[in-house]
Amino acid sequence: MLVLTRKVNESIKIGDDIELTVLEIDGEQIKLGIKAPKHIDIHRKEIYLAIQEENSKASEGTVDLLKKLSNQIKK
Amino acid sequence: MKIVTKYHGEIEVNANEVITFQKGIPGFQEENEFTLLPFADDSPFQILQSLKTGTLAFVLVNPFLFISNYEFDIPNQVIENLEIKEQSDVVVFSVITIKESFEETTGNLQAPIIINGKNRRGEQIILNDNRYTTRHTLFKQQTSIGQEG
Repeated sequence: MLVLTRKVNESIKIGDDIELTVLEIDGEQIKLGIKAPKHIDIHRKEIYLAIQEENSKASEGTVDLLKKLSNQIKK
Repeated sequence: MKIVTKYHGEIEVNANEVITFQKGIPGFQEENEFTLLPFADDSPFQILQSLKTGTLAFVLVNPFLFISNYEFDIPNQVIENLEIKEQSDVVVFSVITIKESFEETTGNLQAPIIINGKNRRGEQIILNDNRYTTRHTLFKQQTSIGQEG
């Protein structure tokens, strides 16, 4: 991992079109500004991982379970 | 084309039934083509079946049937990606995670699946809205759900 030190209002460039700026530091919280092309998806990592994990769990459903659930709903 | 499916055995899928997820979906980025199949005639469940991987399928529901006040804005970038022209072209689904018990079964309201029915492009979007999580109980109120469809 590349490690750089930055101060408030300093930025780093990633390639030609992505720019990260440190906007504010407040104790343990750091506010970052991100400029990137619209096609780049930006997510908080833990949220993205949670979605990946839930998709993976959701894909493990079985025919039997779904039948059972369908029957329960019809009741 | 003939495809193998998880819930329906081997079936025939026409080109106009293929839904393209350009970016795949989180956790399954290599999966770009799916088709929607009703689980059964009178079922609220739709199956999002991968064309490439027979064993990969997601169970979807219309979230508005279960969570009446569910609401979100579709980000402009998604409207652009999916080339959405009319609101009425948009179909929204929640991916559900099925558990043994009905009450433990949850729907992912934080990452709805958006499909443009006109051009059959889809995307799973991630909402920045702390009202919604990846695991919402959908079937708390057991009454009347069966009558909705």
